[in-house]
Order: sequence, then C-alpha cells, then structure tokens
Amino acid sequence: MAGPMKMRATLGSGYTDVRVLMSHPMATEQQTKGKPHFIQNVTVKVNGKTVIEGEISQAVSRNPVFSFRLKGGAKGDKIQVSWLDNKGETNQTETAVA
Amino acid sequence: MNRRPTMKRTLLLASGGAFLLAACASGPVSERPKVTSGDLDQVTAVLKRDFKERGQAKMDRVNLDEVQRTCNLHKDNPPASVAQRLEQAQLKAIPFPEGSLIGNWKAGEKIAQGGRGAMWSDKPGAAAGGSCYNCHQISPKEGNHGTIGPSLLGFGKTRGSGPDMQRYAYGKIYNAKAYSLCSHMPRLGHSGTLTPQQIKDLVALLLDPASPVNQ
Amino acid sequence: MKRTTMWTAVSAAGLALALAPALAQESPFAKYQQMTAEGSPVELFELVGEELWTKPQGPKNVSLEKCDLGMGPGVLKGAYAAMPRYFKDTDRVEDLETRLLHCMTTLQGRSPEEATQRLFGNADKPSEMEYLSAYIAGHSRGMDVSPGMSHPKEKASFELGKKLFFHRAGAWDFSCASCHGEQHKRIRMSALPVLSDPKQAGPIVATWPAYRVSNSQFKTMQWRINDCYRQMRMPEPKFASEATVAMNMYLTVTGRGFPYSGPGTKR
Repeated sequence: MAGPMKMRATLGSGYTDVRVLMSHPMATEQQTKGKPHFIQNVTVKVNGKTVIEGEISQAVSRNPVFSFRLKGGAKGDKIQVSWLDNKGETNQTETAVA
Repeated sequence: MNRRPTMKRTLLLASGGAFLLAACASGPVSERPKVTSGDLDQVTAVLKRDFKERGQAKMDRVNLDEVQRTCNLHKDNPPASVAQRLEQAQLKAIPFPEGSLIGNWKAGEKIAQGGRGAMWSDKPGAAAGGSCYNCHQISPKEGNHGTIGPSLLGFGKTRGSGPDMQRYAYGKIYNAKAYSLCSHMPRLGHSGTLTPQQIKDLVALLLDPASPVNQ
Repeated sequence: MKRTTMWTAVSAAGLALALAPALAQESPFAKYQQMTAEGSPVELFELVGEELWTKPQGPKNVSLEKCDLGMGPGVLKGAYAAMPRYFKDTDRVEDLETRLLHCMTTLQGRSPEEATQRLFGNADKPSEMEYLSAYIAGHSRGMDVSPGMSHPKEKASFELGKKLFFHRAGAWDFSCASCHGEQHKRIRMSALPVLSDPKQAGPIVATWPAYRVSNSQFKTMQWRINDCYRQMRMPEPKFASEATVAMNMYLTVTGRGFPYSGPGTKR
C-alpha cells in the first residue's frame, strides 16, 4: 500500500509552480540485494490533459520530491500527479491551483 | 595546537537546520554550576532511577569514581595538589607491557578510524575502535577529523620514538587522566575499551617513522 | 503532447542537484539547506501524524483528539512551542512525547508497555510517536519557543537539566558539555553547537523534531537524548523519565525566544 502523497500548486505571473512530495522507499538493486523497488514513471496532467511524462530510476532516493514550473495556468486548474513503480504499484494526488 | 576550522560558519549552517541570524537569543551562556558532593549524590540517584542497563552498558557506569567526582566538584579545574595526587595514583595503576610498545601503524590507523566500542549497541567482546578521529587530526591524509583534541600531526617526528615517548603515548591512551586529571579524553585502556595490542598499534601510528603521521 | 516550459528540480535525499539559479548570492551550504527544506518530506510525516491523532485506538477505542497538550483538550496550535511545561493533572513537567504517552494510557486506555513497544522507528517504518510529534510540532510553526518557566517544578526541571548537562560520568567520563561545552569545536566534520549558549541552542531547539536526510528517518528529542547517552557510553535513559524531560527543559529554556520553524530537515 502506497504511502502518503502531497502536492502544492501556486500561481505566479504567467506560470504555475508545483511541488509534489511522494512517499516511496526508492530502494536500489544493491540495497535490496536484487529486489529493487522504485518509481519508474511520473505523469502530470492539467485539467485531464497529460503535460509531463517522466521516467526516473533507482538513482533517485527515498521519499522523492518533484518540483516543476508550468507555463501559464489559472486559479482552480486541476493538477493531477500519478506515479507507477517497478512492481506495478501506483499512487496519485490531485490539487487545484491556488 | 588547535587549528580553527575555516569552514566553521558553513559547517554551523550545514548542521543547524534553519539557522536564524536574527538575534532573538535571551540571556548569557549558562555557567557551569558549582556543585557539592550532595549535588553529585543527588544526580547519581536520579541516574540510578531514570536509566537502565542495556547490552554491555551496566548501571555501575553511573557510579562516580574518584577522578570523576573530583573533576565534577572542581569544574574540571582542581587544585594542583589534588590533581597531582590522583594523577600519580592513576599512573601507578597503568599496566605497561614489557619491551617495545610500538605495534603496527596500519592496524593503528584502522583502530583510530573505528568509532564503535563500549556502547550498548556494541556486541560485547567485539573489537572496539578508539574513535580517535572524532577529536583529533592524526594522519595528514585524513581530512575528516574533529578538533576537540589537539592535532597529532608529526607526533613521533617532533618528539622522537624512544622508550620514554613510547611510555608516554601508551600511558596517555590507556589513561589520559594520569597526565591531566580532568582531560576530555576517555581512558581507553582503563575503561576496557581497547586491548594492550590495540594501544600498541595506536602508539605505532603516532611514533613509527614509517607512519603517515610522521611523513 | 503539449510543450510546456518545465523547470524541473528532482530533489533526492542526499543527492541534491545543483541548479545554479539566478539568485546565487548565498553560500552553497545555505542554498542546499534552502532546497532541502523546501523539498522536505516532513509534511508527509505530518499527514500520517494527523491520521494517527484522529484514529480510535486502545481498549477505550478513542482517538487522541481530546488530548490536552497544555492549551486545553485538543488544542494543537502553539502547544509544542510551549513545551516542556508543568501539567496539573499529572503534577509533572512533561515534554511532548511524555504527554502523548499520558494521553495514550489515560484517554485510550492503552498499557504503557504497548504504547512504548516501539518508540523509535526507522526509514521503512517510522514510529507512532515520530508521526504524532511531526503533526503536533507542525502546528507551532512561527511561534516563539516558550517553555514553562514559572512553576516551581518547571524551575526545578531546568536546574536538574543544567546539572545533568555538566555531569561527567560513564565509561568515557563524558558529560554533554564534553562535546557541547566549548566554542568552535567539531566532532569529525560535524560542528558542535555550544548548547549552554542561547545563541546556539536557539536555532537547534527551533528545528526539532526533524527529518534526517542521510537516513530518511524522522527523529524526536527523546530519541536525540537517548542516542547521545548511548554514544557517551552511558546506560540507557528511560523514555519520558524526569531526567530526559529535565534535559529537554534545560535545552529549550536555554534556546527560548526563537520562532519555531516547524519540524526541521537535517543532514
């Protein structure tokens, strides 16, 4: 069962700053002696439309934080961030731009 | 010979979390309180009540020996006559081995680097380290060292490595309080943390002309 | 796929990517600290802490929501910043974790053995105390650290803490002051704050409990005191004992007055 996830999306002047906190062990092959467990895909959607398809690897350590800036945006826009890990587990969170 | 670390400010920032530069501090630095024998007994009673044994850390560790009692009573600055008497008694009790006290400096470096030993988290009987680099600069190759104790760079080169110096180095590591009663330095031999061979290896690290300390 | 301007900063614990933004006036350490604080998983601990605060537990099947942390039952805002403090119902000075233990055993009816089964967690599984500490401490953000100082027991606690701070004992003859009593010293490469100095105790006290980036664990003050005594080659302090609360009181009183910045993020 995936740990908690939290996101904040703040409107700036012509852009939106987003920060997502993700709970995940991000355990490497070496750490687990052959049974790695890490997030592989991160997807960001704005109002249902995919804007970022990201791939990360075991190089990222436990409890990753993803900060990014989107061009434009408006108050109330729905940002959704989801992840998928190498074991097929997923989690997601949604927030409105403030 | 304490070198003030040039990275002091940045190290403070790195370790302090949110280091606030606003002067919100209230009050002066606490002075070490003057304590009486009664105070020491009171504190010892609190420790006996509020601490418990775990692993090799038994409750006898909270009992003050004469050195600890004296240093606590005199805020680490006892009168010379008191200090001398106790130092001499400590010195007499050091079991100096026969013959050369210089062991293997390579083994000594490992012991100096090692930080385990005498804690409740350590397996009883497992080989301990001296935690020497926690406080001292020793080999010039090791930049990751503390500054609580003086730098030991060039120890043997400066002082020589004859029998007298071997005896001094061995004795100091075994029981630093035999030389300076209220020293910060733990009594690595007296406390049973290090074995005689380990101390000899540390003496080698300091005195052996081939040791990196003396290059 | 729509092209968007992305400004990506994947901040990994212990592997902070140096971005070199336009504002590069600060030292690299200050910048790293800022990035670490902004990207800290501390809020995730607060989230789980909230769940535990509201979760019915124990034989009485009750949550902790009526727990009185000093400001009245269930009042969280500012409670942590005002601790340690004296509590009339227990006639004791208590710090946060001590008080939580009290609420677990009285409100929820849990046994002390069960409630203290697993006080300090690890990266894979933090403890209940750690999650709750994060949640409650978070509610004191921005408020001045002001522990209780007027009640006679509060004063006695401070004095005991001060005595303990300077008391040399144990297999290695250490007191807290052995490491934290002299200016400008470091152990290995860790700078040692002089904790009897308000100017240095202040920032420390304002950032505990804290998330430790190097091992991804959330650490509390009871843990910090416990682990210091371990490394001092002493026996183990009992959780929530008068001695540990007194030590916490001494440090907090010495460091009082700084605005609490919320659960910290440390090396």
